[in-house]
Amino acid sequence: MTLLRTRGLSLSIADHPILSGLDIAVEKGEILGLIGESGSGKSMTALSIMQLLPEGGTARGVIELDGADLLQKTEREMCAIRGRDIGMVFQEPMTALDPLKTIGEQVAETVLTHTATIRKDAAALARETLDRVGLPAERFPLDRYPHELSGGQRQRVVIAMAIALRPRLLIADEPTTALDVTTQAQILVLLQRLVDEDGMGMIFITHDLAVVAGLADRVAIMRRGEIVETGETGAVFRNLHHPYTRALFAASSHVPQRQPPPVPVPDAVPVLLAENIVRDYRLPRRSLFCPVAYFRAVDGVSFRIERGENVGLVGESGSGKSTLARALMALEPLQGGAVVLDGETLNAVAGATPKARRKMQVVFQDPYGSFDPRHRVARLVTEPFHLLGAAAPSGAERQRRIGEALETVGLTAADAEKYPHEFSGGQRQRIAIARALIIRPALIILDEAVSALDVSIRAQILDLLAELSGRLQLSYLFISHDLHVVRAITDRVLVMKAGKIVESGPTDTVFQNPQHAYTRELIAAAPTLAAALAGRD
Amino acid sequence: MSIEAAPRPAASRADSYLRAALRSPNFVIGAAITIVVLVAAVASFVWTPYYYAALDIPGRLKGPSGLHWFGTDQFGRDIFSMIMVGARTSIAVALVAVGVGVGVGVPLGLAAAARRDSLLDEAIMRANDLVFAFPALLIAVLITAVFGPGAVNSIIAIGIFNIPVFARLSRGAALSLWQRDFVLAARVAGKGQVRISLEHILPNILNTLVVQATIQFALGILADAGLSYVGLGAQPPTPSWGKMLAEAQTFIASAPHVAVAPGLAIVLTVLGLNLMGDGLRDIFDPVLRRSRQ
Amino acid sequence: MSTYVLGRLLSLVLSLVAASIVIFFVVEVVPGDPAQFMLGLNAQPDTLMALRDQLGLNQPLPLRYLGWVLGMLHGDFGTSYTYRVPVSELLTARLAVSLPLAIYALALTILIAFPAGIIAAARRNSKTDVVVMSTTQLGVAVPNFWFAMLLVLVFAVGLHWFSAGGFPGWDKGGLWLGLRALTLPAIALALPQASILARVMRSALLDTLGEDYIRSARAKGLTRRQTMWRHALRNALIPVLTIVGLQFSFLLAGAIIIENVFFLPGLGRLVFQGITQRDLIVVKSVVMLLVFAVILVNFLVDLSYALIDPRLRRQR
Repeated sequence: MTLLRTRGLSLSIADHPILSGLDIAVEKGEILGLIGESGSGKSMTALSIMQLLPEGGTARGVIELDGADLLQKTEREMCAIRGRDIGMVFQEPMTALDPLKTIGEQVAETVLTHTATIRKDAAALARETLDRVGLPAERFPLDRYPHELSGGQRQRVVIAMAIALRPRLLIADEPTTALDVTTQAQILVLLQRLVDEDGMGMIFITHDLAVVAGLADRVAIMRRGEIVETGETGAVFRNLHHPYTRALFAASSHVPQRQPPPVPVPDAVPVLLAENIVRDYRLPRRSLFCPVAYFRAVDGVSFRIERGENVGLVGESGSGKSTLARALMALEPLQGGAVVLDGETLNAVAGATPKARRKMQVVFQDPYGSFDPRHRVARLVTEPFHLLGAAAPSGAERQRRIGEALETVGLTAADAEKYPHEFSGGQRQRIAIARALIIRPALIILDEAVSALDVSIRAQILDLLAELSGRLQLSYLFISHDLHVVRAITDRVLVMKAGKIVESGPTDTVFQNPQHAYTRELIAAAPTLAAALAGRD
Repeated sequence: MSIEAAPRPAASRADSYLRAALRSPNFVIGAAITIVVLVAAVASFVWTPYYYAALDIPGRLKGPSGLHWFGTDQFGRDIFSMIMVGARTSIAVALVAVGVGVGVGVPLGLAAAARRDSLLDEAIMRANDLVFAFPALLIAVLITAVFGPGAVNSIIAIGIFNIPVFARLSRGAALSLWQRDFVLAARVAGKGQVRISLEHILPNILNTLVVQATIQFALGILADAGLSYVGLGAQPPTPSWGKMLAEAQTFIASAPHVAVAPGLAIVLTVLGLNLMGDGLRDIFDPVLRRSRQ
Repeated sequence: MSTYVLGRLLSLVLSLVAASIVIFFVVEVVPGDPAQFMLGLNAQPDTLMALRDQLGLNQPLPLRYLGWVLGMLHGDFGTSYTYRVPVSELLTARLAVSLPLAIYALALTILIAFPAGIIAAARRNSKTDVVVMSTTQLGVAVPNFWFAMLLVLVFAVGLHWFSAGGFPGWDKGGLWLGLRALTLPAIALALPQASILARVMRSALLDTLGEDYIRSARAKGLTRRQTMWRHALRNALIPVLTIVGLQFSFLLAGAIIIENVFFLPGLGRLVFQGITQRDLIVVKSVVMLLVFAVILVNFLVDLSYALIDPRLRRQR
């Protein structure tokens, strides 16, 4: 009997249709990858199976777990099923655990809720489960609190809570999206191992094709609440029947067309020169009598960016790349070293002069937080005009410049009168790029600028960025944790770990022939669509 | 073929606020009550049924009637007129006290947030905590002990207590805004702390401040009533609701109506303001409303 | 844990020092010449001089301040000018009324507010919730001294269950009669505070119930009720405790007024008599004592955070 089968599953929340006519099936011991971009309804599918829908949600159809229809169950019966027969893992490990309870208590809670064991035995099972998920007793005793663990470790605890009673089905909703690439690789290995050991079925929800290609036995691709294609993973990605599947696949492996960087003129002034940058943070006092301690976030980083060159900066969380970015933007004081922008040294403490700042602009990660919600696009895009002081254009010239900037990024001049909330995520990121371009800087720092975008939009924005760099002779510092994006759009790459640059060089060289152990580890951990598919055959 | 969340249609911000306001029962009822009280207070400058200080000893302690809508007090004064005039004092005191709180507290809070963890921030936070250690009434006690009672002292006492409320509120709201990318973008555009505080931070915390101001206004009315009750507020012959209640206490057994009217006036005003504040909160933060309801 | 406690203790001491400086400044420096202030404009020069001597006004300010503080640490609050007895005696006598009243009121507040807030949050949008929200909306708007008058009207004058005021004293009347005299005052104080606290509890719980770890708990198979009791409540307690601490200061302030309604011989009436009679020594001492109580309660609340929240305890 099929472990889980849905037939005609439809969902609407307060009369908004979310899902329509879903038919999916998972067998025992099988991993089903549920793929979709934002708004596809993949998380809602998971919540429908668990019957943990938000208020106003009504599901129709049939959801059969080993033949029993879950939609017919009472809440009480569902409570018995959740945690015992179906386990669920969510996306955000940092907030998924109760901060006031120990990890032992929280894992044991699954056991105590469903079985009539005594505390001691539940604790023993919790210990065993934590060992299974890779949290051994010496370093992770049962009385640890969540705030003492990292994101990856917390996610292991969440997995432990879900599988403690060896459920028949595990639903994992984007379990690795919020994790570093190396941690993600470890969690994926863990999940695969647990599925093999317990013979349970797993629904793995994600937007990342590369991850699912290596992990899932079968895939179902969702779009706007419907399944557009489903089948065995290798077959689906080889044949690419449905146009949406084709588009998704193309976007995932998309590499923008790029011009090679201009040949550096000898003795040319580099656009950015970083010399031995040091940035320390004060740590909170451990006691009133201890001396003040410092944490070195950036430890002697040096590199240069030439005119028209696109340089990538990769690193995981805690590598110091965000701190370095803020130091380069002259938003934080330096404790050592210097930043030289187009020949002009920035003051380590006082920050940059307006004249210097004109040469550099930034595009941030969050398309929703990048703009003051109260201002119109015209005002938002012209924020950098503040740096031009008295020479800032006004009146007709200002309007012209606004229109020009918007059109350069693929929007229209009429969009200047709208508010940011009227645009989608990808369009807002275009507005952010327009804002960065409008005073024609020499360097644009892109801090995880495409990380929050859907894969198809990401491809378009990367195309735009590549085209702009070639046409306008712009240099980029492209900061990202996503190796594929960096590989697609940069000429040179810097790899950062624990405040230091451990490797640097031309992008293709570094990726094909990594020298440093950490770079090798990073590249090995990052799932590649092509490699994953090749590995299946 | 891409899917993007469909962008929302253009809507003027003021227009959508107005429509949301009219749809919120809290706001409508609260605003209606508040307006009635305000109108009564303002109208009292031009007209009251009787002159509020007119004595009529033979007609004292009469219950509500066609002649005297709320009855008369122990001196024969018309209670309804006294309540209208008393509204002036309460509203004036509470309003100015809120003004003091906002005028001093908000800049302090914004400054503290702009220079987070600096000496200025520490100093402002410690000063806040110090004021919080003194209940508003105690501050009034201290001031009155030295300067004597009066409406101005009420305002100062309640105002002083409002300052840390607004300082803490604006600091908290501002701190989270300073972390947002659009503030970073403004910093990259070379804008200084003062400019950013005024252009970006303040407009975005205005909603929170307005809601809190309504609440503090309501609390101010209650505080003023309390101070007047113990004789520390506005002095006679200016009528105030609290003083009316204090005088009514002696007659509570024989003529309860004297105490009921001023009390109800206070309750109604505060209720109206609180409802309006709740309604405003619903309007400004629909996400919160959905989770809170 | 010890770092946090030490830190809070230091904060306590500093707050007390700062508060005492403020009080000292307002009472002794602002009026100009405290002796003149106390005796009025028509004072005789020799009485003035005698009082100045008695108050130690001829000493430099810092010495006077230190003298006052050191005296307080020894339990010596000076001698009341009006009553001619040591202020500490007055304080102890009045404290015997005010402190039990405050504790009684606080207990009532929590006993009413916690269940009301929890039930309202658990049955969000139900009829129970609407009733709780409407009642508290009204309760927040009611001045406690007016409510006190109504209580007297109904329960004392009307039903004769309680007396309309006065306090028989703990030794003469015993525990029961004493509590009876404090009941109406405590209820009057508790009503508005309980209304506020119930709303805060409901709101804090609803916020907590929206957190991710609640969803994790439900995914484990816990019922809504189990999730509420085992996870949401304890987390919601943190913001609620802050409010309870703040409420203590409002309770003290309210008690000052309530004592007037019920003719209770507590600290409130003492300080008002001090104001009317310009007895700055009494005023100074009572204000200091009340502020000390507020700061102490907030310190205890801070300590309780450490008990509840493991993130505040020592890092491993």
